[in-house]
Amino acid sequence: MRLELREVSRSFPGVTALDRLSLTVEAGRIGCLLGPSGSGKSTALRCIAGFERPESGEVLAGGELLSGAGGWVSPERRRIGMVFQDFALFPHLDARANVAFGLRGHDRAARQRRAQELLGLVGLGAEGGRYPHELSGGQQQRVALARALAPRPRLVLLDEPFSNLDADVRTELAQAVRAALLAEGATALLVTHDQREAFAIADEIGVLRAGRLEQWDAPWKLYHSPKTRFVADFVGEGTFIPGTVLGPGRVSTELGVIEGQLTRDQSPGTLVDLLLRPDDVIHDDASELHAEVVERAFRGAQFRYTLRLPSGATALSFVPSHHDHAIGERIGIRLDAQHLVGFPRGWDADKE
Amino acid sequence: MPRAGPTVVAVAVALPMLAVLAAIAHGAGGADPALWAHLTEHVLARVVANTAILVVAVLALAVALGTALAWLTAACDFPGRGFFSWALYLPMAMPAYVLAFVAVATLDYAGAVPTALRAWFGADLSVPPIRSTAGVIAVLGFASYPYVYLMARGAFLTHGARVLEAAQSLGYGPWAGLIRVAIPLARPWLAGGAALVAMETLADFGAVSVFNYDTFTTAIYKAWYGLFSVETALALALLLLGFVAIALAAEQVARGRGRHTAADAGRGAPVRLALTGARGWMAFAFAGAVFAFGFLLPVVALVRWALAVAPIDLDARYVSYILRTLSLAGMASIACLALALVLGYANRLSSGLLPSVAARIATLGYAVPGTVLAVGVVTVLGGVDGAVRSLAGGEGLWLQGTVLALLLGYVARFLAVAYGPVQGGFARIRPALEDAARSLGLVPREILTRLHLPLLGAGVGTALLLVFVDVMKEMPITLMTRPFGWDTLAVRVFEMTAEGEWQRAALPALAIVAAGLLPVALLTWRMERAARTA
Repeated sequence: MRLELREVSRSFPGVTALDRLSLTVEAGRIGCLLGPSGSGKSTALRCIAGFERPESGEVLAGGELLSGAGGWVSPERRRIGMVFQDFALFPHLDARANVAFGLRGHDRAARQRRAQELLGLVGLGAEGGRYPHELSGGQQQRVALARALAPRPRLVLLDEPFSNLDADVRTELAQAVRAALLAEGATALLVTHDQREAFAIADEIGVLRAGRLEQWDAPWKLYHSPKTRFVADFVGEGTFIPGTVLGPGRVSTELGVIEGQLTRDQSPGTLVDLLLRPDDVIHDDASELHAEVVERAFRGAQFRYTLRLPSGATALSFVPSHHDHAIGERIGIRLDAQHLVGFPRGWDADKE
Repeated sequence: MPRAGPTVVAVAVALPMLAVLAAIAHGAGGADPALWAHLTEHVLARVVANTAILVVAVLALAVALGTALAWLTAACDFPGRGFFSWALYLPMAMPAYVLAFVAVATLDYAGAVPTALRAWFGADLSVPPIRSTAGVIAVLGFASYPYVYLMARGAFLTHGARVLEAAQSLGYGPWAGLIRVAIPLARPWLAGGAALVAMETLADFGAVSVFNYDTFTTAIYKAWYGLFSVETALALALLLLGFVAIALAAEQVARGRGRHTAADAGRGAPVRLALTGARGWMAFAFAGAVFAFGFLLPVVALVRWALAVAPIDLDARYVSYILRTLSLAGMASIACLALALVLGYANRLSSGLLPSVAARIATLGYAVPGTVLAVGVVTVLGGVDGAVRSLAGGEGLWLQGTVLALLLGYVARFLAVAYGPVQGGFARIRPALEDAARSLGLVPREILTRLHLPLLGAGVGTALLLVFVDVMKEMPITLMTRPFGWDTLAVRVFEMTAEGEWQRAALPALAIVAAGLLPVALLTWRMERAARTA
C-alpha cells in the first residue's frame, strides 16, 4: 500500500533527527532511505512504525492517517511489518512459531500453512523446527523477513537488515529479500548506510542528510544525476574538476569541452565544479591526454587508479587489471561521459 | 507516549510499604513517657551496645571466612576443592536460629560435647561457655558467611585468572595479587555481601532469642508481648531502622567510587595456584571445619534428635504445621511474584522517575527487620480497623490478626526477593523484541502473556522458590502477626527452643533446612555452570 510522509519532523534533545521529511513510496515498490549514521534514517523508520511520535507532519499508509494532527494509530494497529537490525527473533520460539507469531485467526492449521509458505518463500522450508540460536545470521535474517511478511502487512520496514551479516552473504541475501518482497507484492521501505544494499534492493532511493532529504530518485539517476554535492559524494566514488561554462550544457575543462548537465542554469563564463565518476575516465594509450598515477588499489578484475591531472586536480579511473601501471607513471586517458554533473564553484546546498 | 497506567500501578504497589514506614515514624512519638524513661535507663544502652558489637563482630567474622574460602576455592587448588566449591554454599540453607539452638544444645554445660570432654579429661575441665557474646557472634558468623562467599567467589571467578596473570606479569606473586588486586577489584561485591550480612544480623530474632542476647529485635518483641506497649515497640523499631540506614550508607561508601565491570572475563580454564603438601591439607582442614560446623555436624545432630522424638512427636499436629507453612509460603510467594511482575512490567513500560522510585520503596523490605515490619503492619491494620469500626460500628478486628495481616507482612519483607530475579529477567529481554511484537499487532497485555512471561520463565521460578523458602524460615513476622492457631514450622521451633526442648525443635527445623536446600542447590548449580562456561 502507498506510503506517504508529509513534512515529518522529530527532534531529540540537542538534535534534529528529522527535518520536514516528505516522501512517497507507491504500492508494490521498494524504497530506500540511504544516509550516514546519525542522518535520521532509523528515526524515520521508527516514526512510520509508530515507535516514535513525530512532533509535526503526517504519516499515511494507503491514504489512512497513521500519525498527524488528526490522529494517532498505535504501532500494534498499524499493520506495518518490521525487520529489525538485530532481527529480534523471539528466542523461546522456533523459526515456524516466530513466523506464525503475528498471525491471527482461530484456524491453527491455516496459521501453520501460512508460516510454512513464508518459510518456503525465503528458502527455509526445512528449517522451521530450529530455534534462533541454531540458525546462521543469514537464516535468522530470512526468518525475520518471513515473520514480518506473514500477516500480510500494508508495508514492510527494514532497518539496516544486512549490517549484522558477513559481507559475502549480503549481496546474495539482498537479492533473495527483493525476490521475496516482490513475490508477496509488498510495499517496503529499507534504511541503510550501504549504497550497494540500497542499489541491490530498492526501486527508489532517498539520500538523507542531517534529517533532510537531499534527493529521492531511481538508483541510476542518483548515481548519474546527483542533485547536490553531498549526494554526489555519498553515492558512488568520484572527484570534482574545475570547468567554465561555455553555453547551455557545454563546459570547458582541461580534459576538453564536455557536454554535460548543470544543476541550474548557468550563464556562459561561470566557473563550475564537474563531477567525474571513475567509470567516466577511460584508460587509453592512444589518447593525447596524460595523467600521473598517484595511488593504485587492486580490486581483482580492475584497478582503481587515483590520477593527478596536469592542473593538479585529482581524478579516479577504473581500469581492467591487466593494465598494471606503477605509481608515478603517466598514462593516457580520455573521457567517456554522457552524464557529467556540474555544481557552481563554491555553491553548497547547505548555504541555500 | 505518556502513560498514566504504569505509574499508578507502581505507586499502588509501593503504598503498603510507605504506610508501614509512615506508621512507624508517626507512632514512635507516642511512647508512654514513663515506660520510655524506664527503657532508656535500664535497657536501651545495653541493647544499642549489644546490637553494635554483634553487627561489627559478625561482619568481621563473616567477611574473613567468606573471602578466605572464596579465594581458596576460586583461585587455589587443594585436596577437596571441587567438593568444597559447592558444599560451602550449603550453610545458606541453615537458618541462624537452627544453628543457634543446635550450638546451645550440644555445647552448653550439660550438652553432649562438654559432657564428653569432661568424661575424657576429668570433671574439672572448664569449657568456655557457649551462651556468651562470643557464642552468638560465632553462630551468626557461621550462618551468614555464605553471603560473602557467594559474592566474593563470583567476583574472583569472573576476573580471577586474567587479572592475576596481569598482576603476575607486573611482578606480584599470587598472594600479593590477592591483597593488591583481587580484593580491591572484588570490593563492590564484598561490600554487597557484607551489607547482606549486616542486614541479616540486624534483623535476626531467632538466634539471639535462643542465646537470651538482648538486641533491638528482642527488645521490640518484649515491648510488644511483655509490656504490651505498641508505641514503645514502634520507637525501638524506628531506632533499629536508623541502624539499618547507617549500614546501607556504609555499604555505599564501602563500594568505593571505582567503576567495575566484569566484561573482561577470562577465557578458558582459570589458572589456579596449587597448594601442595602441608599447605594443601591446611586449606582442606580450614574448609572442612567451616563446612562441618556450619552444616554437617548440625544436620547430623538434628537428624539424630528428630529420629529420637519422631515416634512420639510426629502426630496430626505436624500435618497442620506443614499445611499451614506450605499454604502461607505458597500464598506469599504467589503474591510477591504477582506484585513483582506488575512492578517490573510497569517499570518496563514507563521510563519515568516515579515508577522506579516506587519500585525502590516497595522493595525496601529486605533491609527492614521482620520485627519492625510486624509492628508496622499491625499498627497500619489497627488504624484501618479503627476507621472501619467508627464507620460501620461494631467492635470487630477486621484485618488485625487475620491471614491478610500476615501476608501483608511477608509481602512487605520479601517483595525484593521476588523482584530481583523478575527484574533481571526483564532486563535480559531486548526492547527490540517488544517492538517486533507490537509491529506484529500485539497489544501490551498480549506482549506480557506471549512474550514476557515465556521469556521470564526461569526468573519466575527462581522468584517463587526464593520467596517460598524465605517465608518458611521466617520467624518474627509470623510470631507477631499470625492469626490464632496458625502455627508454622518456624513458630514450632521458636516455642520448643524457648522451653529448651531442643530435641523436639529438631523435627520442624530439619524440615525447614531440607526445604532451604532447594534454592541453594539451584543457585549452586547455576553458579557452577556459569563458572564453567565463562
